[in-house]
Amino acid sequence: MTKWEVYTVMKISQLGYTIRESVKNLWRNRLMSFASMSSVAATLLILGIIFILILNISSLAQGAKDQFDTIQVYLVDEVDGQQVENIGEKLYELEGVKEIYFETKQEALSKMKMEWDENGYLLEGLEENPLPNSYIVSLYDIGYAEYVVSEVRMISGVEEVKFHQDVVIKIIEVANYIKNIGMVIIFVLVAISTFIIHNTIKLAVNARKREIGIMKYVGATSWFVRWPFLLEGTLLGMFGAVLAIGVLHIGYSYTYSLFTSKFYVLIAAYLVSAKTVTSDLLIIFMVIGSGIGALGSLLSMRRYLHV
Amino acid sequence: MIRMVGVSKRYSNGMLAVSDINLNVEKGDFIFLVGPSGAGKSTVIKMLLKEENCTKGRMYVDDMEITHLHRRRVPFLRRKMGVVFQDYRLLPNKTVFENVAFAMEITGATAREIRKNVPMILSVVGLADKQKCYPNQLSGGEQQRVSIARAMINNPPILIADEPTGNLDPETSWDIMKILKQINRRGTTVVMATHDKDIVDIMQQRVVALENGRVVRDEMGGLYGYED
Repeated sequence: MTKWEVYTVMKISQLGYTIRESVKNLWRNRLMSFASMSSVAATLLILGIIFILILNISSLAQGAKDQFDTIQVYLVDEVDGQQVENIGEKLYELEGVKEIYFETKQEALSKMKMEWDENGYLLEGLEENPLPNSYIVSLYDIGYAEYVVSEVRMISGVEEVKFHQDVVIKIIEVANYIKNIGMVIIFVLVAISTFIIHNTIKLAVNARKREIGIMKYVGATSWFVRWPFLLEGTLLGMFGAVLAIGVLHIGYSYTYSLFTSKFYVLIAAYLVSAKTVTSDLLIIFMVIGSGIGALGSLLSMRRYLHV
Repeated sequence: MIRMVGVSKRYSNGMLAVSDINLNVEKGDFIFLVGPSGAGKSTVIKMLLKEENCTKGRMYVDDMEITHLHRRRVPFLRRKMGVVFQDYRLLPNKTVFENVAFAMEITGATAREIRKNVPMILSVVGLADKQKCYPNQLSGGEQQRVSIARAMINNPPILIADEPTGNLDPETSWDIMKILKQINRRGTTVVMATHDKDIVDIMQQRVVALENGRVVRDEMGGLYGYED
């Protein structure tokens, strides 16, 4: 073999050609470009919706867990300060207890007033504070709950033990269930949409197989032919991603503001804000979109390059 | 310039398209490849372009063996051979200028070289005023002249023409032949497969006749020799 050639993947002089060519082709085949872009956007949009749902459900579940994760130990009104301390020590010695907090009758009342918010004035009419003193016990793990609850019940001076174990477990169960279903749906969707996108791009490339063949006859290397197509696919994928992000952002901002302003504010506190979601998704979607686009065009044109 | 030694080609369906061909084309030759349909003309051209590989024998182009050429070197072989097809094979989305420029772009030519050389070759084939037209705005003869311009823009030592006049009327065909002869006169080796009896008889060039995949006649200043 003689010193005919040095082949590099792309020469600098080819860069200008590649960019010009891919932009021109995007425009010249704008119908196909639009079709490919739309299918990428549609896929990512659905993906994004499910993603946002999962994100919010996890956040809600976490919030609910934090709220119900503690054991409240109400004390009999008659116990004095020394006894209260003794009970606290006993509680702290139990296995699995992370920390304890003593909540006085007064604190309990003012907390309740806070929670009742506008209706708090109703509590002002009380002659005597009906709320008991209590210990709030938080655990290392919810698995200790049953044991701790049964031990605490035996301590004298304890009136009642409140623990929403069943609620917490239910919430975790439901959240996990939804997460798993979401994952399955995402997986199926990605598979379906990859197929659709692959086909759309294949159609677009197929319309140009003659073109590819001619280029090869004139002596173009495979990579020379490939680069503009690759860039085209990548650009289409990115446009699709931006489109999807735009729609998601507008849609989710609207929903989010609905929740925070009109609906239940307590739920809204646990929703993930629109800004966080879209800035997170932007990078992920750009990568997925351009990846699908590039891979799609590479795979679709492969067989036409062997001329 | 082109040498084929005992070349055979059997397609994967078992058909023997070319059988034991020996051919030697010198630099500056003008040869006609003639013969009835299915005689193997197209297969010979496909093997020269490495669209197909021969299954037996050895092939050389420009003193280099191309019998077993790596797929990635094929484009560089093709740049030594301008190719002209019966159906022109122009890129439909590109203007006349862009079609010719493309052949330069693949070699990494600069924009300045392209701007200088493309109009020059277009005026050689008489299309200086059609640079901005798209192929579908041109007549068959004009399209073929664009494809000749594209084939010759990088000054390849060999021009391969596969039935270049097959879709053209006799008068236009002669215009094309004049251009090909002119290219040949400047030292380019021309290999032309054709069915056109009149052209072969009048041009008085070397004629290689194929039948059933074999060379049955190879003579200087020959005639077409078939009645179609």
